[in-house]
Amino acid sequence: MISRLYGPRGWIVLLCCAAVVFVVFPVLNLVVPEGNPLHVTAFGVTLGGKIMCYMIVAIAMDLVWGYAGILSLGHGLFFALGGYAFGMYLMRQIHADGQYHVDMPDFMVFLDWKQFPWAWWNSDSFLWCVFLVVAVPGLLAFVFGYFAFRSRVKGVYFSIITQALTYAAMLLFFRNATGFGGNNGFTDFKRILEIPVTTPQMRMALFAITGAALIATLLLGRFLVTSKFGRVLAAIRDAEARVMFCGYDTLWYKLFVWVLSAILCGIAGALYVPQVGIINPSEMSPANSIEIAIWTAVGGRGSLVGPIIGTGIVNGAKSIFTVAFPEYWLYVLGLIFILVTLFLPEGVVGLARRWRKA
Amino acid sequence: MVRFILIALALWLGAPGAAWALDATTITKLATGDGDEKAAAVTSLAASGDPRALDVLKAFADGEMQVAGNQVLIVRDGKAVDAVTGASVTPLPESRDDVVVNNRMRGEIERAMAGLKLLSPDRATRQAAVKELESGAEDSMGPLVKKALAAETDPGIKESLLLVTAQLDLKSSDKAARIAAVKLLASSSSPAVKTMLIPVADPSEPDEDVRNEARGALRMVESRLARAELVGLAFSGVSLGSILLLAALGLAITYGLMGVINMAHGELIMIGAYTTYLVQNLFRSQWPGVFDWYLALAVPASFCISALVGMALERSVIRWLYGRPLETLLATWGISLVLIQGVRTLFGAQNVQVENPAFMSGGLEILAGIVLPYSRIVIIGFAAVVLVAMGLLLAKTRLGLFVRGVTQNRAMAACVGVPTARVDTWAFGLGSGLAGLAGCALSQIGNVGPDLGQSYIVDSFMVVVLGGVGQLAGTVYAALGLGFANKLLESWSGAVLAKIAILVFIIVFIQKRPQGMFALKGRAVES
Repeated sequence: MISRLYGPRGWIVLLCCAAVVFVVFPVLNLVVPEGNPLHVTAFGVTLGGKIMCYMIVAIAMDLVWGYAGILSLGHGLFFALGGYAFGMYLMRQIHADGQYHVDMPDFMVFLDWKQFPWAWWNSDSFLWCVFLVVAVPGLLAFVFGYFAFRSRVKGVYFSIITQALTYAAMLLFFRNATGFGGNNGFTDFKRILEIPVTTPQMRMALFAITGAALIATLLLGRFLVTSKFGRVLAAIRDAEARVMFCGYDTLWYKLFVWVLSAILCGIAGALYVPQVGIINPSEMSPANSIEIAIWTAVGGRGSLVGPIIGTGIVNGAKSIFTVAFPEYWLYVLGLIFILVTLFLPEGVVGLARRWRKA
Repeated sequence: MVRFILIALALWLGAPGAAWALDATTITKLATGDGDEKAAAVTSLAASGDPRALDVLKAFADGEMQVAGNQVLIVRDGKAVDAVTGASVTPLPESRDDVVVNNRMRGEIERAMAGLKLLSPDRATRQAAVKELESGAEDSMGPLVKKALAAETDPGIKESLLLVTAQLDLKSSDKAARIAAVKLLASSSSPAVKTMLIPVADPSEPDEDVRNEARGALRMVESRLARAELVGLAFSGVSLGSILLLAALGLAITYGLMGVINMAHGELIMIGAYTTYLVQNLFRSQWPGVFDWYLALAVPASFCISALVGMALERSVIRWLYGRPLETLLATWGISLVLIQGVRTLFGAQNVQVENPAFMSGGLEILAGIVLPYSRIVIIGFAAVVLVAMGLLLAKTRLGLFVRGVTQNRAMAACVGVPTARVDTWAFGLGSGLAGLAGCALSQIGNVGPDLGQSYIVDSFMVVVLGGVGQLAGTVYAALGLGFANKLLESWSGAVLAKIAILVFIIVFIQKRPQGMFALKGRAVES
């Protein structure tokens, strides 16, 4: 089982990464004093946590795109839904510390609502919201995927419809009447489980949890793609009709990996929101979802490490460029899209593989 | 607005040397009275038609009136004039109180002025004044309106004035006059008349004959209003449909016929709009005399520029990705990002101003309250012309034949000597050029900015997906259908919900008919 997932070298690398996330980062942030060149700032921790959330999304994307050949342009929606589900809990944890000092989110007071909308039922319960983080994206993905895969919508058609789906959801969430804060979304979080959210320890804890989730996602993905299930998925990607003629009902294979991918995105979104401190409908914009695809493509589809590397490269570049040369970032991103699809169809990982062979 | 009217009137009536002294009690009431007294003072001052009175009203409206003891002053630039006599007062009294003007007073002044404007020699001024009175005239205007009616020569304004008198008569106590008024009002199609008739048709109306008459009149007005609303709705549906059609036609070629997902299609639309902007600037600086004809150059220019950009893209990027639609999608998305940022660098992130030619501004008023803007009418016509041209091009020309041949069977077309690679480039250029034309049209009715294309890309893909790939007819039906459905839903659920409903409908529809409404018949297991 253990040897099926990774060889000895792979496990050693993974353990090193885990050590960096769980030991080196916390020490450099909490123990090493500020001003020391080795100190990791709060901004650094938040950025690292954010990028790790993105890495989870990229792995989720790779599972459906790289292994099942389904390109989703709507994964930002599942990510945002997970974020909103957990954001509801965070909003309730503000209690009466908001602008209006009422035990209700500020935007509801502002809109003069007296009661919570139905979607907020039980939202002050941590466990219920964690359940929603998994259930809402999962259920939406199940319903949407069931109908789409059953009528054999695939390829570009499927991509465009997922894009329309996230676009429609964005419009819906922009409305104040939808009950999720309109275009401001949720922000100004104060506590999780009654513990203040801005303390360094809390920040570090969220960072470590995200790291653990990332490693778990990677291992789960690895477990799936090395199993028989993974082989059937790859076969569906390469020749769906033949798999069907062999007697497999491809619907359930695709649906399973699709729903799993959506749930992983939802979890990533839930981890993202308390660290970044805001969630609003622009997370659902089609552009965001397409960017997820490029993280995966840069790293290399069809290998689970690829998306992690790709996410790191693209978001690292984004962090540097948007600070140093903000007006050139879109050029760079655009060129990444073009050059990767033209010259690096297997991404960075494919490039490394080619070098090793040569 | 009030100030402007007052200045205009002061100039028009402004013969100095008329009776200078005004009624002192009226002025005092204007300055210190309660709301009703002030309103009465405004009406009586305006009815006098005296230029001095207008000056006082203007000062009142502008907040330049002040009270010092029992003297009412008009203070401008530190100099004071007595409001009653017009004599200058020096030195300025120490303690003065501002006279507060509220919105009710401003409304009163505006309405009072409208009555006076009925007598203006300028036809447009009179027409505007009548329009204002149609939505509610004061009883005190009665004599003035009758006077204007007697003097009026223009038949259109005369008709409107008759309606206004009918409104006034409706409130009178003479039964015959009221019935005549109701009969007259029945021919109107203004929403204001409807609200006016409702109380008369109500059971609380004491006079039965008048009430019955009013009920009939109300029904007529209401049915006319409903019809007008329907016409307006249909027009905006066709208008939106024609815009969607223009945006989606190019996509129908590149995606529908060639199978290339071009996410940069919206940016080609944007390039067309910016080309129009540049041509407009060129005309404004070089040939201002023929500015109204700039579209004659802008239309071909936007087609050509977008087509050239599209062909360059096809040669440099898209060519290498044929047969890999998902990669094409990502690469063209990258292209769109570069193009957006490029335009931002060149023209700035702000929207640029594209002015309509004179013949496209204004609109056709088919019924009261329903104005069809000329720009939209022109665009509907333009879309129809482009559509017909496209259809002819595909059906009758050699290029069209090649494009259809390559679409249906690339290998066989190549075997019989069709230069498929070149046909791809031309067809892609054609689709891109159509996007440019859409941009030129859109620049006439909306904002032109770097994000212009982004707002149309989802919609135009929906049109193509709904219509089905491979033929133009599907695109046309889908565009018009979506346009109508969108406007129809918008009228009872609001714009955002309508859009969501449409998107959800398309998502559901695709489940049922994955190939769109008008799919080409085929036997392929996998397409």
